[in-house]
Amino acid sequence: MALDTTALTVFILLFAFVTVLGFGASRWRRGDLAQLQEWGLGGRRFGTIVTWFLIGGDLYTAYTFIAVPALMFGAGALGFFAVPYTIMVYPLLYIVFPRLWSVAHKHGYVTSADFVRGRFGNRWLALAVALTGILATMPYIALQLVGIQVVIGAMGIDTAGFIGDLPLIIAFIILAAFTYSAGLRAPAMIAVVKDVLIYITVVAAIIAVPMHLGGYGQVFSAIPAAKLLLAPPPAGSYGSFSAYATLALGSACALFLYPHSITGILSSSSGRVVRRNAAMLPAYSLMLGLLALVGFMAIAIGVQGMPEFAAGFKRYSNNFSVPALFMAMFPSWFVGVAFAAIAIGALVPAAIMSIATANTYTRNIYKEFINPACTNAQESQMAKYVSLVIKAGALAFIFFVPLQYALWLQLLGGIWMIQTLPSVMIGLYTRWFNGWALLLGWIAGFGLGTGLVVSHNFAPIYAVSLFGTTFPCYIALAALAVNLGVTVVLSLLLNLVASDRHNDVTVASDYV
Amino acid sequence: MSGNSDDHKPVRPVPVARLLLLLPFVAMLWVSSYDRVDPMIAGVPFFYWYQLLWILVSAVIIAVVYKLER
Repeated sequence: MALDTTALTVFILLFAFVTVLGFGASRWRRGDLAQLQEWGLGGRRFGTIVTWFLIGGDLYTAYTFIAVPALMFGAGALGFFAVPYTIMVYPLLYIVFPRLWSVAHKHGYVTSADFVRGRFGNRWLALAVALTGILATMPYIALQLVGIQVVIGAMGIDTAGFIGDLPLIIAFIILAAFTYSAGLRAPAMIAVVKDVLIYITVVAAIIAVPMHLGGYGQVFSAIPAAKLLLAPPPAGSYGSFSAYATLALGSACALFLYPHSITGILSSSSGRVVRRNAAMLPAYSLMLGLLALVGFMAIAIGVQGMPEFAAGFKRYSNNFSVPALFMAMFPSWFVGVAFAAIAIGALVPAAIMSIATANTYTRNIYKEFINPACTNAQESQMAKYVSLVIKAGALAFIFFVPLQYALWLQLLGGIWMIQTLPSVMIGLYTRWFNGWALLLGWIAGFGLGTGLVVSHNFAPIYAVSLFGTTFPCYIALAALAVNLGVTVVLSLLLNLVASDRHNDVTVASDYV
Repeated sequence: MSGNSDDHKPVRPVPVARLLLLLPFVAMLWVSSYDRVDPMIAGVPFFYWYQLLWILVSAVIIAVVYKLER
């Protein structure tokens, strides 16, 4: 691939701009950054608009923008499950998570494991929740780097070898430095720029490409029948229908359990801000849905057959479809804008994820198990250091571990994360569950989910057979059902013989 | 930007309104109702425009519930 200097120049200028912004962010609504909730939650002061940009920038990541169209490009209609997924997630956000905001605000909780610790008084359950979050988020951070890598490669920089890795290393040093100094304020500020760039790019794509082809009809008529719709289920099975529905539902249930999502929620200034955002965030879903169609546009334009993109597809497979489409359709300067949008779109979630993981490690492992007597300043300093370690780890992961492992771990991540649903989401409503029962349920769900995924060659779907009918189901939901079953049965028994309900430091009025 | 002055007033849940929030789940989990090509709009198969439309419908539902619970 030839070096595209125009695109690269625009890209570097935009990147430099957000760097300056990131470092300036520590002075924005200045707080005492030696407090964990100032560094790690922006002082819980973000209003409706900032929260909208922050959570939007946090959930709709660069990886999403590459991977969802790539899945449409490769697998067709199944890839569209991202749309029902993001439709179902917001009623959940509206109902459940203002309660978490409220109890966290009352008790100074910074992570979901903090809440579980207070609610169930069980440090081992809290540790399980914390470890799940850390384990599920690490590969997710690594995947954000893939987005940056693909666009850098697409602009003609050979991403093989150390010299090729250099742009990524520079991007990550910048990211690490501003996260360290400004905490959550940095990604909150950069998210605004990221989203403006992403919106411009998506709008350009969904207008310009169909115009070039002669309308959306031309886009869809170029799609092979097998990719256009879900395959009708065979007799005696729910086939692709239940797979599609459970993938969407399971992903929706898991999304707001991730530490970076919780960080976004808890950094807002009130439960009402969270509720308002549940109605406003679907704007991003619309963008994601339209972007998914860009995968079909890439098929319609025929980027895969173009000789100039052969090397890119060979190296990045379907993840190259969106960059290839942009390069085929747009002038160089605009390619620079679009690629900067993707790369900056990677920095925002990567920053929030590393902050969220650092908060979790510091609160729920360091302070709980290693140094209970630490001061507020020590706690905040520890989180800053850990955020550096996490980013270095993600970078090493991308360089030394085959990409396939990151993808597998990210798939497992969703299945692991949903196992904390009984403790965190249901825990917000009832204290009936016993802490130890929850822990054993978590172990059962985590073990079963991991086992099923690994034994199915890392396919996310497992065919459940009930009364002669086959119900292909997202493994996360199947494992959650077992988790809940174990939790309920053991809670019944344990509540009789060794109730731990007196260990709850929260009261009903904390949840409004 | 930090929002309105009533931001910290507790929300009064309206259970009947909250039932509306089940609609997006029913619509989206009922896959067989929308896995079809026709009717198309401007060349876009039903499968795609229907789900995209539900993004807007569910946002409106949430906004309505929010207003009712103020």
